[in-house]
Formats: sequence, C-alpha cells, structure tokens
Amino acid sequence: MGLNRKDLLTIASLSADEIHLILTTAESLKEVGGRDIKKVPALRGKTVVNLFFEPSTRTRTSFELAAKRLSADVINFSPSTSSVVKGETLIDTARNIESMQADIIVLRHSSPGAAENLAGAVRSSVINAGDGWHEHPTQALLDLFTLKEKKGQIEGLTVVIVGDIAHSRVARSNMLALTKLGAHVRVVAPPTMLPLCIEQFGVSVYYQFEEALVGADAIIMLRLQRERLGQALLPSIREYAKLYCLTPDRLKLAKPEAIVMHPGPLNRGVEISPSVADSDAAVILNQVSNGVSVRMALMYLLSGSVRSDGVNE
Amino acid sequence: MTRQPGPTRFETILIRGGTVIDPGHFNGPADVLVQEGKIIEVGRPLQTVLTESQDVRTIDATGWVIAPGFVDLHCHLREPGFEYKETIQTGSASAVAGGFTAICCMPNTQPVNDNESVTEFILNKAREADTARVFPIGAITKKSMGEELAEIGELVGAGCVAISDDGRPVMNSLVMRRAMEYAKAFGVPVVDHCEDLHLSCGGSMNEGIVSTELGIPGIPHASEEVMVARNLSLAHLTGVHVHLAHLSTARSVELVRQAKKQGLPVSGEVCPHHFSVTEEAVRGYNSNAKMNPPLRTDLDVQALKDGLKDGTIDVIATDHAPHAAQEKQLEFDSAPFGIVGFETALPLTLRLVEEGVLSLEQAIDKLATSPAKLFQLPVGSLRIGQEADVVIFDPKEEWVIDPVQFRSKSRNTPFGGWKVKGRVKHTLVGGRLVYEDR
Repeated sequence: MGLNRKDLLTIASLSADEIHLILTTAESLKEVGGRDIKKVPALRGKTVVNLFFEPSTRTRTSFELAAKRLSADVINFSPSTSSVVKGETLIDTARNIESMQADIIVLRHSSPGAAENLAGAVRSSVINAGDGWHEHPTQALLDLFTLKEKKGQIEGLTVVIVGDIAHSRVARSNMLALTKLGAHVRVVAPPTMLPLCIEQFGVSVYYQFEEALVGADAIIMLRLQRERLGQALLPSIREYAKLYCLTPDRLKLAKPEAIVMHPGPLNRGVEISPSVADSDAAVILNQVSNGVSVRMALMYLLSGSVRSDGVNE
Repeated sequence: MTRQPGPTRFETILIRGGTVIDPGHFNGPADVLVQEGKIIEVGRPLQTVLTESQDVRTIDATGWVIAPGFVDLHCHLREPGFEYKETIQTGSASAVAGGFTAICCMPNTQPVNDNESVTEFILNKAREADTARVFPIGAITKKSMGEELAEIGELVGAGCVAISDDGRPVMNSLVMRRAMEYAKAFGVPVVDHCEDLHLSCGGSMNEGIVSTELGIPGIPHASEEVMVARNLSLAHLTGVHVHLAHLSTARSVELVRQAKKQGLPVSGEVCPHHFSVTEEAVRGYNSNAKMNPPLRTDLDVQALKDGLKDGTIDVIATDHAPHAAQEKQLEFDSAPFGIVGFETALPLTLRLVEEGVLSLEQAIDKLATSPAKLFQLPVGSLRIGQEADVVIFDPKEEWVIDPVQFRSKSRNTPFGGWKVKGRVKHTLVGGRLVYEDR
C-alpha cells in the first residue's frame, strides 16, 4: 500500500498504520545510504523544492540529501522574510513554484498552519518541515525510527521529553507520534514552559527531572532557545542547567540501557552535558542519518511512485 | 448640534400589518405612521386620517416585526486612513442592511480620532453618506498611545458620545483613572477594551487545548479578566460610568454581575460571534475566526448567554471590524484581528430567541433600546415624535449567509454558508427608506 494522501502536514493527521508504513519504508531505504553509489532512481525526473522561510541548515540538508538519493532534482529556495510583511509572500511564492512544476514542496515557516495553508493552495505535495510552534512531523518520524531501531518496538516504552514543551514543534509532534504508537510519554519542564491543557495529550507531567527519569527507556532533550530568557520564562541559563541539564548522574536514574536523543543543535552544558552527549547512550548522530532515510521514505510514498496496490509504476 | 442625515424630501410612510416591538413601551400588532421624518402614530386602527390626495408609501409588514432601528455601540468604519477596508459610506450601507440605524465608530483610524478635526471629518463623511446616523467615539489618549489625555472636552463638543482607546487599551491604570475622572465633567461613558497586553503576549487565539494543539500563541482568559477587575475598581473609585466592550469570558461576566449588585456604574456588551462560536472555529487556521478578544469555550458561551438573560450584559454590539481579503489571507498569526458584523448580527441574535435565552423583546432591547440609553443617544425608541429610525424584519425568513452579498467593503466573516433565520426587510433613518431587501 502507499500513503493515500497528497501532503504530510502533521503527525496529528496520521494513523498508526500510516506511521508504521513510513517507518517500514524508511528501513528498506536505509540500505541505500550504505552503498558505494548512494542513489536509486525512484524520483528521477521529479522536482523537489525546499522552501525555507526560517534559517535551517540541518533539516534542509537532510531533505536535500534524501531527494538526491532518490534522484530527484532539488531546488533550495530561502526567501528573506525580513524585507516583506511576514507571510505575504507565501501564497505568491508558492504559486510561482507550482508554475515550475514542482512535485514536492518542503516548507519551513515561522507561522503555525503555514504548511496547511500552502497545501490548500497548490497541487504539489507539501511536506511540513516545521511550522511555528505547531508541528515538525519528520523530526518525530525520525525519532520514532531511531527508537524502533534501538529498542525493537515503540509500544510500551517510557519516553521522557525534557525542556521547553510549550514553544516546541518537536515536542508536539513527538507527543502525538509516541502516544499513537503506544509509548508512555512523560514531559518535564518548568511550569512556565508547559502549555495549557498539556495533559490532554495523554502524557504525564513532571516538574522534577529526577522523578521523571526513573524507569525511562529513552530521553529526548529539547534545545533551550536562549531568546526565551527575555520572556520571564526562566530566571537564568544557570538555574535551568542546574535543574534540567542531563548529566551522567541524572542519566543513571533511567534504565541502564536508556538512550538519549536530541534534535540538535546541542547546547552543550545547558540541556545536555558533554559527557552524556558523547556517551554510548547518545544516539544523536543516528538520528541525523535516520532523518535522511525517513525523508526519503516520505518523498517516495508521496511522489506517486507507489500505486495503491503496492506495484511500482 | 445637527445630526446627520440632513433633512431631505420626506414622504409619508405607512407600515401596516406587522407587530410593533418597542421594548418597555409597546409590544403588539400595530401599524406605524411616519411623517416629516418622525413617528406620528403607533396603533391599530390608526386615528390619523390620511387623505386620498396624500402621497403615501405603504409597506406591507404582515408577519414581520417593526422595531426601533438597532444601535451599535461598537464598530470600526476605518475612515480616515483605511478606506481600502471600509469607508463611512460603505460601512453605513452595511449597517442599515443589518438593521442598524445608529452606529458608534471607534477612534482607531489613521489619524486617530483624538481631536475635533477628525471628529468633524467623520461627521461630514457621514452627512455625505446620508445613510445611518454615525456617532463617533473619541480617543482617551493622544494617538491612543496610552500616555497623555486626548482633548476630551473638545472631542465631546465636536460630537463624540463616548471615549475609548479600543484596540490599544490603556495599560497605565493611573492614566485610566485620570481619564475617567476627567470624562466625568462631560458626562460621557468611558469604554474599555479590557486586555492586559502583557498577558496576551502577542497571542492570536484563546489559550487552551486548541491553541496548544495548533501551536498558536494563546491569549489567556485572565488577560481580559484582570482588566475588567481593574476597570470595576476604577469605576468604584471615580464613580464614572465604565462600559466594558466585547466581554468574552465567564469570569468577566461574573465580575460584572457582582459589580452591578454593588451598584457600580458599569455596563457590559457582548458580540454575536462570542455567543455563537467557540475556539473550535479556529481549526484549519481560519483567519476569519481570529478576533480580539478571541473566540473562547463552550463554558464561556454559556456564561455570556446567562449574562444576557439575567441582565448582567446590557447590550449586543457588533465590533464590526472590516479587513481586506489580502490581509485575512495571511498566515493566521500575521492576519489582523476582527470580523465584519453588521449584516449578521440580527440572525445570530435571533438564535438566542430560538434557544429561549432571550425573548424577542429582550433581544431588541439589547440591540436598540438599551444601547441608546447607555450612551444617551436620542434614538432607540418608537415613541410619538421620535425621529423615525425603524427596522422592519421578518423573524422567520430563512436564508444562507453569503459574504459576497454584503454591503460592506469587506467579507471577513466566519459565518459564510450558515443557514440562519431572520432577515431585515426595510430600514428607515429619520423617516427615509435607506434600505430595502430585494
């Protein structure tokens, strides 16, 4: 079966079956990255446009690599938003890109819902590469992939997400994805960084890092955005690090074989201590390479190369 | 001071066969005779004898309701400065199409209505439009910056009926206190858009489960309630009538209810959208469901209805806030706040009558009689000798809201496609037929 949808906008809109399909497809595509010639012709003749309204190096590069490994033509387009009213260019830009017969548009934008708006305005497939605080579905999918790779399965795992949940699209997508696949999710943060009604996501809420770590199979550390300091969310980086930095001592509270994840880029010494980031427990670089496989799988499944009966065209 | 619209040729108008509802004054089947721009008689049969030779326009209102023209205490006509959104002419046309014959326009124009020349400009434009009666609301502070008081005496002298920094609420409580004290000398109410901008922190919808799911920065209930509480305390301190605009939360209603029990000089308004839809309407990032205060929850909707029912909430106002299509097409967080309201207010209010929240007479009171009284406007009644500002509507006619048909220059509404009941058929201002449903 294929993904019977035009776009990949949110984890919220995916079924557990669809998530499993993406992960399975990513597993079979991962092997491509290990070959001498890292390329398959699945998307030959297709055009992928990376439309990034927010600066991003790693996510854009990951999408670019994924598209190239599938033999697609890739264009990177990073309009500057500084000189124009925010958002004004999105629909116009999208129409321009559509006129160039883009098959897939990968969008990153600072406004929540931007990908949904775009998807409604163009015939091309749209992949959400992060929209404001809303969702970052491919990050969650690569996190699931990494978890599954390291732990065998997702169901029944206890996963702790630590940091600024309120302002994090990674946290939102991960809470949704993990609970959909039957993991137990704990979120830990100072209460200023937890959104209202968070418990309705089916997660357990903790304020004390140590309590949340007990019995954890995996820990996802979020990057602390330093600009939050001016918003009375935190007294200081120092106190945040004191309370919420993942140190070797804290890591000992989790299960012995627990893994540590981070969407990057790392603030060493703030949310994660260097010795943890460089330890065997950290799978941060696996996440990066898995990101390419997962994005390949998504583009492949959305590109229409797979018919609904599963037969390649 | 002369009020527009100016005198023109009057015709004699006989409205026959309908039910007259003039809250607190008359409720029953009656005919209405209008001559020389004024209400001459209300009754059946009419005592006035009309001669054959007289040129009389007869409106058959059988099955329809005849009521005082609606009075909107809260609208944005956008002129001067934002004529691409609305002008005083298009706004007035939209108003009378919705049954509103008197409208109070907020000062957040460009330039801000903080001096008599802007007030005079607005009144001149209204006179030219010659459609609805326009009553400007002046700014509280210069340029609505919240710092120095505007020349309130001059504003009132030029024709402003209230003062407000709507949309840019006065954050400094001392300035607000002084404004209220100063306004006392001129007998005008102080209208506040209750919002603590620090608490709102750039949010663009109600803060709660939906904002958390959609990743949209939220505006908490408390952002309104702390300012309601502040204003009530200042009303207590100064004894000045404070009118709380577009209340949206259950706790705001409760605060006003308690204040009224204590006899504070306070009045409250709600907007049809706040009692008709909830934050759920934002899903899909629908910028036509973005307004300030934001759409709230079922609990709040119920509390607003309870407040209307028990009299805590005095008036229904539209907060008519036109915005151009290209502005509302922006991403949700960049799109401006507000929706148009004149042409949907009546059917949305009649849903409350259908639900048993209000009687039809109470609904008309909230739309016409009570707002006119609160701002001491010389309208809102069908008593003999009054200027004939009349709305005639069919309370039963079903129709589908189609924004393309709006008289307003803007189309920003979340109610497009709604099947509603109750339609304005004719509107008279000063005895002239200014709107007819065709």
